[in-house]
Amino acid sequence: MIDILVNSLGVVLIVLIIYWFWIAKPRTQKTSSDVIDIIVDHGVYEPARIEVEAGKTLTLRFQRKDPSPCAEKVVFSDFDLSVDLAVNKPTDVKLTPDNVGEYPFTCQMQMYRGVLVVKQ
Amino acid sequence: MLHRLTISGMSCAGCVSSVETALQNVAGVTEASVNFAEHTAQVTGDVDAQQLIDAVSQAGYSAAELTGEEDASDREAIEQAYYKALLKKTMIAAVVGVPLFIGGMTGWFPGLNEAYGQGVWLAASVATLLVLVFSGGHFFTGAWKSFQNHTANMDTLIALGTGTAWLFSTIITIAPSLVPESARHVYFEAAVIIIALINFGSAMEMRARGKTSEAIKRLIGLQPKTARVIRDGQELDIPISDVGLDETIRMRPGERVPVDGVIIDGHSNLDESMLTGEPVPVAKAVGDEVATGTINTTGTFLFQSKRIGKDTVLAQIIDMVRTAQSSKPAISRIVDKVSSVFVPVVMIIAVITFLLWYNFGPEPKVSFTLLTTMTVLIIACPCALGLATPISIMVGVGKAAEFGVLIRNGDALQQAGRLTTIVLDKTGTITQGKPAVTSIVPVNGISEKDLLLCAASLESSSEHPLATAIVQAAKDKGLQLLPVTEFESVTGHGVKGNINGKPILLGNAHMLTRERIAVGSLQEEASRLAAKAQTPMYIAIANEVQGIIAVADPIKEDSKPAIQRLHRLGLKVVMLTGDNIATANAVAQQVGVDEVMAEVLPQDKDEKVASLQLNNEIVAMVGDGINDAPALARADVGFAIGSGTDVAIESADVTLMHGSLHGVADAIAISRATVRNIKQNLFGAFIYNTLGIPVAAGVLYPFIGVLLNPMIAGAAMAMSSVTVVSNANRLRLFKSGRSS
Repeated sequence: MIDILVNSLGVVLIVLIIYWFWIAKPRTQKTSSDVIDIIVDHGVYEPARIEVEAGKTLTLRFQRKDPSPCAEKVVFSDFDLSVDLAVNKPTDVKLTPDNVGEYPFTCQMQMYRGVLVVKQ
Repeated sequence: MLHRLTISGMSCAGCVSSVETALQNVAGVTEASVNFAEHTAQVTGDVDAQQLIDAVSQAGYSAAELTGEEDASDREAIEQAYYKALLKKTMIAAVVGVPLFIGGMTGWFPGLNEAYGQGVWLAASVATLLVLVFSGGHFFTGAWKSFQNHTANMDTLIALGTGTAWLFSTIITIAPSLVPESARHVYFEAAVIIIALINFGSAMEMRARGKTSEAIKRLIGLQPKTARVIRDGQELDIPISDVGLDETIRMRPGERVPVDGVIIDGHSNLDESMLTGEPVPVAKAVGDEVATGTINTTGTFLFQSKRIGKDTVLAQIIDMVRTAQSSKPAISRIVDKVSSVFVPVVMIIAVITFLLWYNFGPEPKVSFTLLTTMTVLIIACPCALGLATPISIMVGVGKAAEFGVLIRNGDALQQAGRLTTIVLDKTGTITQGKPAVTSIVPVNGISEKDLLLCAASLESSSEHPLATAIVQAAKDKGLQLLPVTEFESVTGHGVKGNINGKPILLGNAHMLTRERIAVGSLQEEASRLAAKAQTPMYIAIANEVQGIIAVADPIKEDSKPAIQRLHRLGLKVVMLTGDNIATANAVAQQVGVDEVMAEVLPQDKDEKVASLQLNNEIVAMVGDGINDAPALARADVGFAIGSGTDVAIESADVTLMHGSLHGVADAIAISRATVRNIKQNLFGAFIYNTLGIPVAAGVLYPFIGVLLNPMIAGAAMAMSSVTVVSNANRLRLFKSGRSS
């Protein structure tokens, strides 16, 4: 009985891992503002999924609180853009995403991960 | 002084004026303006940033200093503090972990079956919990935050591994009867020693990473903080940010040039090695440009500022190096895909490991399942994988910049490492690009002077480098140029026009053929001059050849050794020129290129590059970046060769800050070394994970009865990223082969 329970729990855990990390999406922050504050701390960008309008110039204001070197750069590979983030000082990144789509932004090691969701 | 602040809490235009008023009321502020759209404020005045932030706070809003360029000393202080904090966390974890480890190994501590054993281990549980909170709290917070964001990272693995060890150990301490007697073993020491090792690894990695960005720090350090400006007849030392355009600045010996400009009085030698890699100081006089960061060696001069702030050559170099350092070559795209799914995959492998040991493992099953699951979580290192490419690119691109070689991005670097053929433009690339008249051969009784006068008058309307040489020769002889009518330039062939009503023509043999003019006996003379690497041009007056003017462009001193280096790198070297075949062959022979493509019209240069590519060659084109733009764009890698700090930085995949072809060899050698380094890192990181994870899961146990200790896994994990960074740092030792 215990064996069945343990094995079932293991399978459920695998399904949950797949669902949580690959299928479910984090809460999207929709914004009409031109300036979006993003906190960089504890291994995550907050907010990590940002919905914006296409063709609008945005200011992503990164507030890096994590002094570890992992957080020191933010890379927008689709825009060929990378910016050094200062610790405890806001750093502005200006972007004009013209095309609809999802554009990830990450640290150099891909551990910090965020997505810019561009919609019409 | 200029301050830029971010302002939070503004919701309307009224807030803008409140914040502006608050800022303007601060003593020392001369101007303050708030941008509502950007939520920023720009403030000028002799005032401290903190005073401005306080004033905004008092007005009911919040402000922070907006940074474009982080102050190097601030950054170092933050990094140092973080480094010390990591070491402190390591020490505290080690102080608790090492006695527990030694006690466990030597049997000093009682077992859980003994009466007071539970009490002792309960105390150990509390002590390790405190360590996990103090030394490992950031892993757990990071893991939880990532989990909420549907992502997982290194923190997730460490938190799961050590958290499971502590939780299991605490449960069996409180209720040992839950597991068989043989499985009553606690893992408190493993949890805290792993935390100590990983913190220590992070501290080591941080130290090593500091060195990887030395190149960019060095470039930023070239920017002086102040400039000696002459205003209203007075000399003032003012901050760089206050220097405007067209200001007069005094330079004394030993000082660094604070902004880009043009010398208006005096002369000196400037050391430009920090930007161009060229060790010999360059003589500069009135009218010459000076670049930010270069050092005035001996003289005193005045110059007028022409480019300031982000427009200076130095700022552009920093910008380009920084962008290139963060760009990723094609090689890393697959790695990024692996990195993005790595941690959840490891978590699934850990669950499978658990189930396999639970179902098929020997007794005590509980111990085996826990040990292997924990070890799988701890040994996996996503950081080594993620760091493998960017850290090598960062060091490689930075090192190239030290040699005056600016590589645009990771793709250019990867391609430069794969090149098989180098196409060199002749004029200005192999030669100095400063042609001079070397022979004047008149026939039919015309004088040398008249022949030169006709040629120079005609060429005065042309911008071709050969034309400049002929006009200069006439000026040197004090000749007054004649007016030309009906001027026409025939690209790649020559020029024609009327002087005093007579049709005059100047050009190569093709030009004469085109105009149906016989070369006559001068053909042999032309061949003789061409064989001496001179470019002969015929002059015809009233449709009859009257002589030859030959121009030669001296070969750069180091072209031959640089081409020899390219050969040693296994590359085929091709020379491409619009010049006649005989002159081109003479130059080719002197410098030792493998193939010559002569008499190529400027518009056909890119086709020649394409024809080489059709033969499966990976081709680089080296040119001046302006006349050769289509060929540079067509090539797999375009090298724009500069002549000092006035180079057009934006024009090519690779920009050489000084005119030597050694820069091409340096760029290729550094690119190859960097790509090799990336491959070593990726190989190491992949092999580490693909071997480490199965071993941690216990694949060796059925064969040789060996299981990996989770603490050794922790040490291996901590060292894997340090190894990657240290390997990348080896690129810093790269040396140019110029001297050999």
